This record gives sequence, C-alpha cells and structure tokens, in this order.
Amino acid sequence: MTDPVKSPSVEEVLEDKGQYKYGFTTDIESDTLAKGLNEDVIRFISKKKNEPEFMLDFRLKAYRKWLTMEEPKWPNVHYPPIDFQDISYYSAPKPKKVLESIDEVDPELLRTFEKLGIPLDEQKKLANVAVDAVFDSVSVATTHKKKLMEVGIIFCPISEALVEYPELIEEYLGTVVPVGDNYYSALNSAVFTDGSFVYIPPDTISPMELSTYFRINTEETGQFERTLIICAENSYVSYLEGCTAPQFDTNQLHAAVVELVTMENAEIKYSTVQNWYSGDPETGKGGIYNFVTKRGKCLGDNSKISWTQVETGSAITWKYPSCILLGDNTQGEFYSVALTNGLMQADTGTKMIHIGKNTRSSIISKGISADRSSNSYRGQVKIGPNASNARNYTQCDSMLVGDKCSAHTFPYIETANSSVQLEHEASTSKISEDQLFYFESRGISRENAIQAVINGFCKEVFKQLPMEFAVEAQKLLALKLEDSVG
Amino acid sequence: MSLLEIKDLHAGFEGTEIVKGVSLTINAGEVHAVMGPNGSGKSTLSKVLAGHPSYEVTQGSIIYKGKDLLELDPEQRALAGIFMGFQYPVEIPGVNNAEFLRLAYNAQLVSKGEEELDPLDFDELLDEKMKLVGMDPKYKDRFLNDGFSGGEKKKNEILQMAVLNPSLAVLDETDSGLDIDALKVVSEGVNKWINKDNALILITHYQRLLNYIQPDFVHVFGQGKILKSGDKNLALELEKQGYDWVVTETAN
Ligand SMILES: Nc1ncnc2c1ncn2[C@@H]1O[C@H](COP(=O)(O)OP(=O)(O)O)[C@@H](O)[C@H]1O
Ligand SMILES: [Mg+2]
Repeated sequence: MTDPVKSPSVEEVLEDKGQYKYGFTTDIESDTLAKGLNEDVIRFISKKKNEPEFMLDFRLKAYRKWLTMEEPKWPNVHYPPIDFQDISYYSAPKPKKVLESIDEVDPELLRTFEKLGIPLDEQKKLANVAVDAVFDSVSVATTHKKKLMEVGIIFCPISEALVEYPELIEEYLGTVVPVGDNYYSALNSAVFTDGSFVYIPPDTISPMELSTYFRINTEETGQFERTLIICAENSYVSYLEGCTAPQFDTNQLHAAVVELVTMENAEIKYSTVQNWYSGDPETGKGGIYNFVTKRGKCLGDNSKISWTQVETGSAITWKYPSCILLGDNTQGEFYSVALTNGLMQADTGTKMIHIGKNTRSSIISKGISADRSSNSYRGQVKIGPNASNARNYTQCDSMLVGDKCSAHTFPYIETANSSVQLEHEASTSKISEDQLFYFESRGISRENAIQAVINGFCKEVFKQLPMEFAVEAQKLLALKLEDSVG
Repeated sequence: MSLLEIKDLHAGFEGTEIVKGVSLTINAGEVHAVMGPNGSGKSTLSKVLAGHPSYEVTQGSIIYKGKDLLELDPEQRALAGIFMGFQYPVEIPGVNNAEFLRLAYNAQLVSKGEEELDPLDFDELLDEKMKLVGMDPKYKDRFLNDGFSGGEKKKNEILQMAVLNPSLAVLDETDSGLDIDALKVVSEGVNKWINKDNALILITHYQRLLNYIQPDFVHVFGQGKILKSGDKNLALELEKQGYDWVVTETAN
C-alpha cells in the first residue's frame, strides 16, 4: 500500500540516506524539501514514493536530457529568467495520522473545492463526479474509488499506480509526451511528484465524471504533476481538472504533463477550468507560471480526444493541448476560452497532427483580453503524407475589453497531402461601454450584462463543459471582468 | 406631484456644454413632443435622463416621482420605470434577443420582490407583445439588434418598451427608419400603452408621427434649450415653416 500519506517522512528518508544534513525544512503544515535540483533530489523523490526501478531511470534520463536543453523563447510571453535552483521540488501536507476518510482533509481545502462546485466530503460529494485532490505535490484524497473499481476503472494518484500497476505505467508513460519533448516536459519527467492515473477497461462507459483538483499551497514549491489517462477499446471517460493557488508575491512554477491514450473506438473528453492566482493586477507581482504540456494520442481507429479548457488565471500561461491523430478516422477537438486581465500573459492554443486517413479536427478558440494583458492564440494543423481526406476547421475569435490589452493569433498550417480540406475563420470584437449601458438602461445589472455578453461569446465552448462546471466557469469569467469594463 | 420635473438642467460631454438650461415638467397622462434641428442636444438630453456615464450634469436638477433622479444609476432608473428608446440602438452579437428581454423583465420583477418568469411563460408574454408591435416571431432568436435594419432596430425598441411597461418613456426619433405601415402599427402599439398613469416624450423631426400619436405639448428645442412650447398646432407650424423662425424669434 502506498497511500502517499503513509510513505516515510522527510526525516525518515533523510536518516536513511544519511547524507542530506542540509536543506530540509519541515513545519507543522508541510513536509518540504529544500530548494535546489540535482540527481540526489530526484533519487529522493523516487525513493520517498517507493517507486519501481524503471521510474527512477526514466526520471534520471529526463533530468540529463533537461540539462542539455534551453527554455523555449518563441512564446509571446515575457518574464525574468527562472532560477531552477531556487525552487523546492517536493512538498506534502504533513499528516498527523493516517487519514481514515476524506472528512479529515484540511477543511480549508474542502471549502475551496466547494467553491468550485465540487464538494469532496462524504456527505456532500457529488454523486456523479469522482475526485482526486492534489495538494502541492501529493494527492490527498480520491473519492468514489470503490464504486469505480467495481466496473474495473482505475482512478488513483499516479504515485499509487506506480506501485500498484507499474506495468501499465511503464507501457504508456512518456509515449505521448516523450521525455525530451520540450524543456518543461523534461523537467516534469524528472521531478514530478504526483497527479492522477486513470485506466478505463475495454467496453466501459465511465459511470461518472472523473476529476482532479490541483492546489499549489506552498510559496516556494514548484508543482509538477503528471496525469496519464488510458481509455481502452470501446470505452468512454469524461475527465475534469480544476486548479487554484493562493496569493503570493513570488511566482510559482506549475509545469504539468498530461498524456492521454485512446484505443480503438474509445473517447476521452478532458476539461479544464484553470484559475491559478494571476499576480497583482497593477504591479504584476506574483502569480503562477503555468507551463503545461498536454497531449493526447488517438492510437486506435475511430477514436476521439476532445480538449475543453477555460483558462482564467496564472501570471503566464504557455499551453497547447494537442492531438496526435494516428488511427484512421480519428477525431481531435479543442475548445478553449482563455481570459487574461491585469498584467496576465497567455500564449495558448493547440496542435492537431493528422497522421491517419480520414482524420478530422476542429479548433474553437475564444480569447478575451482585458486591462493591460496580452492574449495569444497559437495553433498548428499538420497533415502528414498518408492523411488522405483529413479535415480541419479552425475558428479563432478574440474579444477586447478596453484599449490597453492586446490579442494576437498565430495559426500555422503544414500539409503534405493534397486531399485535405481546411477551413479557417477569425474575428475580433469589443465589449463596449455603450453595450453595457444598453443593458443597464433596461434594468439589467452590469454584472449580468457582462455575463450575458461573455456567455454569448463563449457559448460554443461552455456547452462542451459538464453542467456544473459550465455554470461555475460563466460566473468566474463575469467576476474577473467586472472591474475591467469601463 | 409631477412625474418628472427638470429644472435648469445643464449637461455636457468632456467639458463641452450641450444642454444649456432646460426646464420641463411632465405629468402622468401627458404626451410631450420635442422637435428641433439636428445637433441641438435632444439625444443628449435623453441620454442624461437615462444616466449615460459619458455625460456630466453640471447644473440643475431632475426630480422623478419625487426622487432625485441624478442620484440613481442607469439600472436603478430603468427599474424605477424610465425607458429610453434610443436613436441608435447598439448591436450586441452573441446575446439572444428573447433572452435579453427576459433578463430585463425578470430584473424588474426581482426589484419588486416578485418571482422571476420562466422561459416558457415569458415566451407567451413575448408573443403577445410582438403581435402588438407587428414583429415577426423570428426576431426572438436573433442576436440583439445584430444586423437589424434601422427600422427593425426601432421596432425592437418599441417591443422592449411594450414588455417593460415603463412609467415614463422617451422615444428618440423612433419614427425615423420606419416605413409608413410600420409607423402605423408601432404608433397603435404606443397608443394602447398610453394611460393616465404614464407619460411619453417623443423626440421627432416629423409631424407625420404626431398624426398618429397626439401630443398634448410640443416643445421646440434649439441650442441646448427649449426655445418655445405650445400645443400640437405648433408642430404643424414647424412643418410648414421650419425651425428658423423660432430661433430668430427667441433671439430677439
Ligand atoms: N458622445 C459624444 N461625443 C462627441 N460629441 C457629442 C457626443 N454626444 C453629443 N455630442 C455633440 O453634441 C451635440 C448635440 O448632439 P445630440 O444630442 O445628438 O443632438 P440631436 O439629438 O438634437 O441631434 C452635437 O454637436 C454632437 O456632435
Ligand atoms: Mg438625436
């Protein structure tokens, strides 16, 4: 059994190793590894989590690759260089005892989650959503596990899966996002501490939504979670991810990797509502650097992967949930709402890589920029030589709130097959003071007015989200824009 | 008590005074027509009444139902029963016309402490009002004013007025853009709405409208002021002679 709360404490591991005299801070609340990154830190994390040998090798290989790589400079975002030695790579809430049930989870965390519309505790937990809650570096609670097990669905922290189902992890981890794919995915592969693992067996429709909730809590911790979802033949799962972080003056790094794999006829629907702290809206101080690699591989014929994201937070977002359409007749979808306000910077979009025949993809991107923020859509559609009859539809709309913000679109198309059909539409609009006045002059509050305009703008994306999340996402956007208009 | 009492109102835009001392009293049950040359400040006066944030009141007062209107924000003014039919209604793509009307209608109910109307019940009410102003039901599913012709926009304003049933309506050149048939239907709708408890201010250039909706008072507006007031015969005179003679007369 490897419930992370039962793993050895930092001190225990230390004593064990005998060589880390320096650098571990432990306070009442959490077990935090001292700042800095080297091979020993990686060995520490791996040992702490009782990982199988192959995992340590995977990590070390990634780390060595990372050392040879450079931070990407092409995104349209600007920030001072990150000192990777000034980050702690492991932090866990320190349990006073083994948690018997979810009711013992930090009530603050439960409350925050509830605000997102997803209560965790046994009495209130949603009947149709199973939740894995990740706090800093570890998973603290997973609900509905037993019920899912009954139909053969595995839904657990990836740290647990590494011990319980190592062969599944070994087979698939790094097959969609290879160890050296990019700078941040390499870093993640070296130091990731937790995340969620999902396996849907053949011929199974998940009886409920699966969901992971991430929270960064410690000021100088990086969060590097890793998610792997495998959906076997003729199966379906809808997966939701929500994120928040408290307010700090310093920046926290969040460099996650998510890998999805669908077998023949399978479908994964992956939805994100991201609301990390975005820094001080006036000075830009603090906030999360959200550098995330998300990619799905439609391995089996007729399979489908659909990404829906509502990105409303983070100081900097750098994220391109993508689909590799390998099997014939496979489908990739990307629905995105990205809101930037204050001094936020977002460079987000998708890649649709068509390899199989008759592959289809569609991209609906809605960018909303307010205040002095910068919002870029970057999308690539790549059609391989064998992808005959491939089709892509891209729609890319920007909405500007005020006149100090900016919106950019960078569409890239690369095609090696002549039988393809590509469509691209783009628009830019503005939410104006006169529009809001029109609502108000009919007795409709400013808040409801903004919500109505934004909902209209984002309709196609919101309707992809499960009901509860759609309502939450709408409110979140309206709330964020309330002060930006006028 | 008068429904609306404007006293020596001065208002403008970014330091330029446009409304220069307007006084006007309106009682429940009255219809007032305001006529005057382009650029004289009629629309500005109406937007000041509605509380448009771009305009600043520098002097004077507006009392509505015994309360200081200038203390209320636009939303509160609307909920207090003031309706502005805009000369140039703004287009709002993405927002469904019927849904917008329901939001407005329900905002009113909520402010009165009443229960909101659900979409089905509201739909019934809306059908009835659309018939009243001669509007095709297909406009329910359009985006608010988005791509509407000038006349369609004006009809849509009247539809909103019919749904919201205000105490005081200001219709700013609602007749321009409407063809004769539409003007007739819309006027009939407005006439049905008029009763002894509400009041109407019609801003117009044309006598034509006043054949359908009979004003109790006609005011000639010029250079940011009411230059002359009279009964409906004044409108006929303006139709014949234009505005110039009023301007000259008042200058002397
Ligand atoms: N928002 C504005 N920006 C610039 N000028 C304005 C604005 N509103 C009104 N004005 C000016 O104020 C004057 C009166 O305009 P308006 O009230 O629309 O007149 P009317 O409705 O009588 O034709 C015009 O000279 C117009 O250009
Ligand atoms: Mg005008």
